[in-house]
Amino acid sequence: MNLKRLWIMIIARNREFFRDRAAFGWNFLFPFLIVAGFGLIFGGEAHRTFKVGVFPHATNGMVVDALNIPEGFKRTEQVEFIGFEDRRTGLNRLAHHKIDFLLEAGPPPHRYWVNDTAPKGYIIERLFAASLCPPPAAHLATRGTIHGTPIRYLDWLFPGILGMNMMFSALWGVGYAVVRYRKNGVLRRLKATPLTAFEYLSAQMVSRIFLLMFTLVVVWTGCDLLFDFQVQGRYFDLLIVFFVGSLSLAALGLILAARGTSEEFTTGVLNFISWPMMFLSEVWFSLEGAPAWVRASANIFPLKHLLDAARAVMNDGATLVDVSPQLGLLAAMTLLFLIVSAALFSWTK
Amino acid sequence: MTAIIEIRHLVKRYRHLVAVDDVSFTCEPGICFGLLGPNGAGKTTTIEIIEGVTTADAGEIRFRGHPRDARFHQEVGIMFQQTALLDFLTVGETLETFAALYRRPVDLTGLVQRCRLKDILGQMNHRVSGGQRQRLLLALALVNRPRLVFLDEPSTGLDPQARKDLWNIIEAIKAEGSTLILTTHYMEEAQRLCDTVAIMDRGRIIAQGSPQALIERHCSGVTIGLPAHRMAAVGKPTPWPVHQVRDRIEIPSENPRAVLAELMRRNVDLTDMTVHSPTLENVFLKLTGRKLAE
Repeated sequence: MNLKRLWIMIIARNREFFRDRAAFGWNFLFPFLIVAGFGLIFGGEAHRTFKVGVFPHATNGMVVDALNIPEGFKRTEQVEFIGFEDRRTGLNRLAHHKIDFLLEAGPPPHRYWVNDTAPKGYIIERLFAASLCPPPAAHLATRGTIHGTPIRYLDWLFPGILGMNMMFSALWGVGYAVVRYRKNGVLRRLKATPLTAFEYLSAQMVSRIFLLMFTLVVVWTGCDLLFDFQVQGRYFDLLIVFFVGSLSLAALGLILAARGTSEEFTTGVLNFISWPMMFLSEVWFSLEGAPAWVRASANIFPLKHLLDAARAVMNDGATLVDVSPQLGLLAAMTLLFLIVSAALFSWTK
Repeated sequence: MTAIIEIRHLVKRYRHLVAVDDVSFTCEPGICFGLLGPNGAGKTTTIEIIEGVTTADAGEIRFRGHPRDARFHQEVGIMFQQTALLDFLTVGETLETFAALYRRPVDLTGLVQRCRLKDILGQMNHRVSGGQRQRLLLALALVNRPRLVFLDEPSTGLDPQARKDLWNIIEAIKAEGSTLILTTHYMEEAQRLCDTVAIMDRGRIIAQGSPQALIERHCSGVTIGLPAHRMAAVGKPTPWPVHQVRDRIEIPSENPRAVLAELMRRNVDLTDMTVHSPTLENVFLKLTGRKLAE
């Protein structure tokens, strides 16, 4: 390993990143826009889980207290009421899963409709039925509560957005860029110099990790100023988690970069890997309750372990020791990916 | 004197196509060795095998008397036929980047001057013209003070002026004692720059020697050219071979006086007649029955 050659290739790659204004801007703007968008939609409050249509009612100007429906149901949390002028419109929305439950306003006996194929319909039907009964006697059930700082959906989502941005940036910034260079002959030109494949790939990886961490800090600072994220653990621990995660993602990018001269094929492979990784790694929603095989298969993705660790530090105040299993897995994945990419790498094919 | 590079029985196959078929040659230090042949003759494949970019199926390559090792890439410079450069770097930064990859880089100021790059040092790679780009690629090939420089079709795609500019630079490099291996399908380029030429066709070397020796060996005499429509007036049969090349006929002859006398005897209009000495193009035509550009 010649450090001078490594360094000059890192500098060249960094210059490319910072000078490609469009890609550079998008790297920062993309996560910021998503976080800002979700912030705007959810306004920092918990997301309402169920949508209940009520008719007859004007399509706008919903005042829940004025609805002629059971009082207990009106006060049910997690329910958003939406007015429809007539039953036909409401049934159409129900059939298309736009709402979970349709209720006709008026005195008892109440009439309602659910979609048998919608799991949410079953739950909201139970909630509606419960709202018609008196509360259970204290000896039948007692209520306990937990105390602490509430975790907003945005606080839960934010590490996911950052991790997703890291994943796309690592896979495309390393994998796609190297394939493009192989196709247009840049790699062939570099092969004709004393630069070794190990030096070249190391430079790609180090440069990308620097850029990922730089982007992370800038996006975090910008979003934090707007949304004031709650971090229960230490910032340093969070930085280490993202650093180790970026190592594994960049190393995965190197595998994609190892072979191929077709940008179209590489795009397909990148999508084939990145989309399942995004959904199964709990960027957007938790896999809690998903079939066991789905949860098990998610473990093959480094992003899953990165987000588990990041959320544990951010939301639960975990320390590096607490997340050491995830960090260990990420380190092992990094090593595995590096070995595979080194074995597969070709300058020209 | 030890040859700077020795090639022995090089073979490269692509499925059923033999791209390089038992090619052998030796290049002495300080000369410009040319591989001349039409597109698809196997020149680029041969040179890429020597450069270490492509692997051979058989054969031996020795650099300064030894098999190539890590030293090889430090001591050779390569100008590829087609190559892109690192994105979003200026010409100056590209030179600095490549210079940093070598142990003994050349003084960049002198290199910039020699390759006439001073005016475009601050320009991004993708914004330079074709001629400027070729000069930059040549500069990159020289950035490590190479003992041996490979130039693969260096002037392809350039306009005549840019081509002549490039040739002037290459001649200056040659005059300083560098060894060059050049591939080209331009007869004029080979004849002007090369001390020794190996003519390649269908993967094989079919003739080798200095341009003048090749011409004398295979094509003595001159070639008389006439517009093709005058052929009718010439009539048949003719006492000499006649080749039609596009809209002209060519008559190679060792006795031009006799040909001209015969043409005048047959009342052929000699307006637009040309007489030229044989070139490597004629050598190739003689050896293969085809033109280099075909």
